[in-house]
Amino acid sequence: MALKGNLRDFTITQLLNLVNLAQKTGSLIIEGPSETATITFREGKLAYAQVNTEDGGLGAILHKSNVISTAQYGTLKARAASMNDKELGLLLINSGYVSQEDILASLQTHFVDIIQRLFSWVEGIFHFDNDILVPGDKIPVKLDLENIIIEGSRRLREWEQLKDELPNLELALKFTDRPGVNLKNINLSVEEWKVVSFINPKNTIGAIAKANKMSELDIRRIVYGLLQAGLVELIRPEGVEQTLPGIDKAMPGKNKEEQKNLVNRLIGRIRSL
Amino acid sequence: MQTVKMVVTGPFNSGKTEFIQTVSEIDVVSTERKVSSEAEKIKESTTVAMDFGRITVDDELVLYLFGTPGQKRFDFMWEILSEGMLGFIVMVDSTRPETFKEARAILETFRAYAPTPYVVAANKQDMEDAWEIDDMRIALRLDPDVKLLPAVAVDRESVKSVLLELLGTILTEL
Repeated sequence: MALKGNLRDFTITQLLNLVNLAQKTGSLIIEGPSETATITFREGKLAYAQVNTEDGGLGAILHKSNVISTAQYGTLKARAASMNDKELGLLLINSGYVSQEDILASLQTHFVDIIQRLFSWVEGIFHFDNDILVPGDKIPVKLDLENIIIEGSRRLREWEQLKDELPNLELALKFTDRPGVNLKNINLSVEEWKVVSFINPKNTIGAIAKANKMSELDIRRIVYGLLQAGLVELIRPEGVEQTLPGIDKAMPGKNKEEQKNLVNRLIGRIRSL
Repeated sequence: MQTVKMVVTGPFNSGKTEFIQTVSEIDVVSTERKVSSEAEKIKESTTVAMDFGRITVDDELVLYLFGTPGQKRFDFMWEILSEGMLGFIVMVDSTRPETFKEARAILETFRAYAPTPYVVAANKQDMEDAWEIDDMRIALRLDPDVKLLPAVAVDRESVKSVLLELLGTILTEL
């Protein structure tokens, strides 16, 4: 029977566990709401991973891992655009820019990062294709899935906790009024600064995540940290209907005076109880 | 005859059913079942669909009070119950800090369903181990302008006071 289904019924953890136990070879293709991930396995071990919205080329991966500089990456893109990953890897090793270990470590980190991100996907469909193997021009790795599954499960728990703490991404953020606290004196990470730079009563948390290309897990983790530190507070976004549509819905067809009169009658009755 | 409704929500065993029973002029139509989960066996029975109480204002106006089921697995009922509500009360058990986080999440959920006025009632304030209101405000991460009211769900005056505070908030926001 074909291995396919919905992430709501079968989690990423369960899928990886199945691939691991069954020693499967092939590719797991997961179509999420905005991107598609392809994870390739060889005899139950992780061999390759790719997300369709990202540059999965070796140059981009080495740059992301800070193994090559931005200038070197720019040169590679200009001069070695026609090379595939294997050719590029050999060129870089032979030129003495990087070692084989650098390349394998960067690829492993990149592939594991992709899988870890998948743990926060709750919507999406998946299928396993036995015939899709690692593309011939790509460099495969060989990673045991056990540690990835354990780390993923830990992240899943964190994800569930963060969702409980911060269930609504349609709210906006504003800085708390804390005289004496200067944001410049607080040590924030690059990712936190990215979020802070978008804080504005008009921007919802979801919009900030989108602008920074952050997953829901990442944005929730950062906003939760900022909330706990007392730097920001949650507010309803500006521009959202300020009158309360719920009240009008509760008292349809009544103007403001009639609504007030009705509430005053309720107050009178409750007082007399 | 016009009817309006208010919703009483909050975590499991926070006192929603008692709150409605205390002021309802009819016996509360309560759909309770024996608690099946070991973890939730703090009380014998729990609300699985909704509680329903009534206060007749006059010949033309009736106020209905709806209590939501507290257990998370019945949260699909919340959106249905929140439809067209005048306002809502979030009940929190002051003696069980382990439920504060859930209370906060329920509050956020209801605010998302309908941005109607609400108050938070810190129930069981007559108990010796009840948290102080100021401490609860911090733990629940409530803005200073959100009303957090001391309450005892089995005390009629206390319940009236919570309802009047909510109606006062509604009046202010009209």
